[in-house]
Amino acid sequence: MKTQWEILVVDDEEVMRESLVAWLREDGYGVDSAASGKSAIEKAGEKDYAIYFIDLKMPGGMDGIESMMEIKKIRPDASIIIITAYATVDTAISAMKEGAQEYIVKPCNPKEISILVERIIKVKNLQRENLILRKKLTRQYRFHDIISKNPQMHDIFELVQEISSLKSTALIRGESGTGKELVARAIHYSGDRASKPFVGVSCAALAETLLESELFGHEKGAFTGAVAQKKGKFELADGGTIFLDEIGDISPKLQMDLLRVLQERSFYRVGGTEEITVDVRVIAATHRDLSEAVSAGTFRDDLYYRLDVINIQIPPLRERREDIPILARSFIERLSHELGKEIDDVSEGGLKVLMDYNWPGNVRELENAVERAMVTCKNTILSGEDFGFLEQNGLKKQSWNVPDNIPLQVVEKQVIEATIKRTQGNIKEAASVLGIDRSTLYEKIKKYEIER
Amino acid sequence: MGKIYVSMVGAVNEDVVTMIARHVRGMFGFEVEMYTSFPDPDYAFEESRRQFSSALMLQNLARVRPPDAAKFLAITEADLFIPMVTFVYGQAQLAGKAALVSLARLSQEFYGLPPDKELKMRRARKEAAHELGHTFGLVHCHDRSCLMSLSTEVLQIDVKSEDFCRSCWIVLEEELTELRKETKKNKILEFRR
Repeated sequence: MKTQWEILVVDDEEVMRESLVAWLREDGYGVDSAASGKSAIEKAGEKDYAIYFIDLKMPGGMDGIESMMEIKKIRPDASIIIITAYATVDTAISAMKEGAQEYIVKPCNPKEISILVERIIKVKNLQRENLILRKKLTRQYRFHDIISKNPQMHDIFELVQEISSLKSTALIRGESGTGKELVARAIHYSGDRASKPFVGVSCAALAETLLESELFGHEKGAFTGAVAQKKGKFELADGGTIFLDEIGDISPKLQMDLLRVLQERSFYRVGGTEEITVDVRVIAATHRDLSEAVSAGTFRDDLYYRLDVINIQIPPLRERREDIPILARSFIERLSHELGKEIDDVSEGGLKVLMDYNWPGNVRELENAVERAMVTCKNTILSGEDFGFLEQNGLKKQSWNVPDNIPLQVVEKQVIEATIKRTQGNIKEAASVLGIDRSTLYEKIKKYEIER
Repeated sequence: MGKIYVSMVGAVNEDVVTMIARHVRGMFGFEVEMYTSFPDPDYAFEESRRQFSSALMLQNLARVRPPDAAKFLAITEADLFIPMVTFVYGQAQLAGKAALVSLARLSQEFYGLPPDKELKMRRARKEAAHELGHTFGLVHCHDRSCLMSLSTEVLQIDVKSEDFCRSCWIVLEEELTELRKETKKNKILEFRR
């Protein structure tokens, strides 16, 4: 279908312009013409032409290359063919450098034009076909809002289907950013409870008392600021699912309260005396190793066993790198609408950077990286350069070379000394950077006799 | 349906033109009439290329065509060009009235080969029907054996058949039907007047 693609012929000479238009129309293409660079830019703004034939020499202040550069700003994907009567190596080089796809000297052999246009259109058709196929493929790999072609993830999808209509508690484990909430939502929306509420609570985000009130609600006057009765998340999720994220972070008291809810399906609002019974499915998630927390005595074993009825372990992104291209492309598709930027794809170079990176922040980090690249990208294809910030991060990490045969204490001393130097003797800041508290840092300064 | 007028621009072998007229009548089912011959198209001569601008000639033909012409086909021995390419075998107004065919590059002598009158006639018939096809709105066809396939060298003209492919015939038939309806409507309007 030639007419799907339109062509704009830009030339100040009428005979030249109209005869080329006629030639291309006889070939079956939809063709418009413009008598100047300025008019061409206006037309490019109105219509997305696939190919532009632009005469190099045009009077009126804007020659072919200047016109091409302006058109490229509006339509970076357009294929531009520069036409000239005088072929010189310099003009050819500068036209190609500025982004011309082809350069033809008139008069050319008649078959050159048709072959050239056909070749460009063929590539454009293939690119379009590729895009459609990729979208189809993404749909094939999509399970609710999760996209993956990884076999381990597909086992999870199957498990989710199997357990979706059960009432059993599920515990989802995975590193931060792996999509634990998405799996929880998939369980909820695949099962009988889909029409009922799905209520998510981040247990790590709130202090103990606030979390208690958040989960179980409170009566009026239960505490300062409790000016009215408030229903908790358990009540709001009645008939549906409650998702308790970062369950490993809750206090021993809340662990006990939660255990009671799981055992009896009932609880009291804070400051209340009325026992409230709910029908809620509990799905919990954690990035911690709860069995270790149980061994260490920081997490109740009875609660752990109550939660761990169905265990789902989500692999980190670095263990399912095959998902990086489809995930990146699905983010591009969604974010193009949200950001209002026409980005079609990611280049091979861009994909290589993404594939080489370790993704400590998993899918969430990938999504953020794609968004950051899209915001700064000046083209319609994300390139390796657009992901330069990832390579810099990677290099920073690689610059740490572990010396051979060095005692741990020496390394620790050197790290502390370097950090104190970098923070200019600010112990509070140095402790924060090192991830230890101030008293521990003072102890180590004393132990290693570090000068401040 | 109106007539297809056939004319000569500059000196042209009349036998070839008569043969083309007969062929066009058989192919498109129109009444075909020979029209006034035109002198050498000096106005379209481009000194630097030693060729004639087919765009200027076509513009002129569209202006001087008989008013009742359904289509107007001019035959010339002038070697034609458009600025973009080194030569053209002909040019036509797409879905318009005027078409122009050059015989200059259809003869074997042009390529330094011994003359072959029959071959030149065959090529001329194909090119005339091809350019008229454009005036009926047909565009270049991907089928290499179809009369509407693009020819950029004589070998391609020789390879294609003297007939339209099935798809091009369907489009042409639709155009002819439209034209018949239009003619009938015009006749009724004329009668009423």
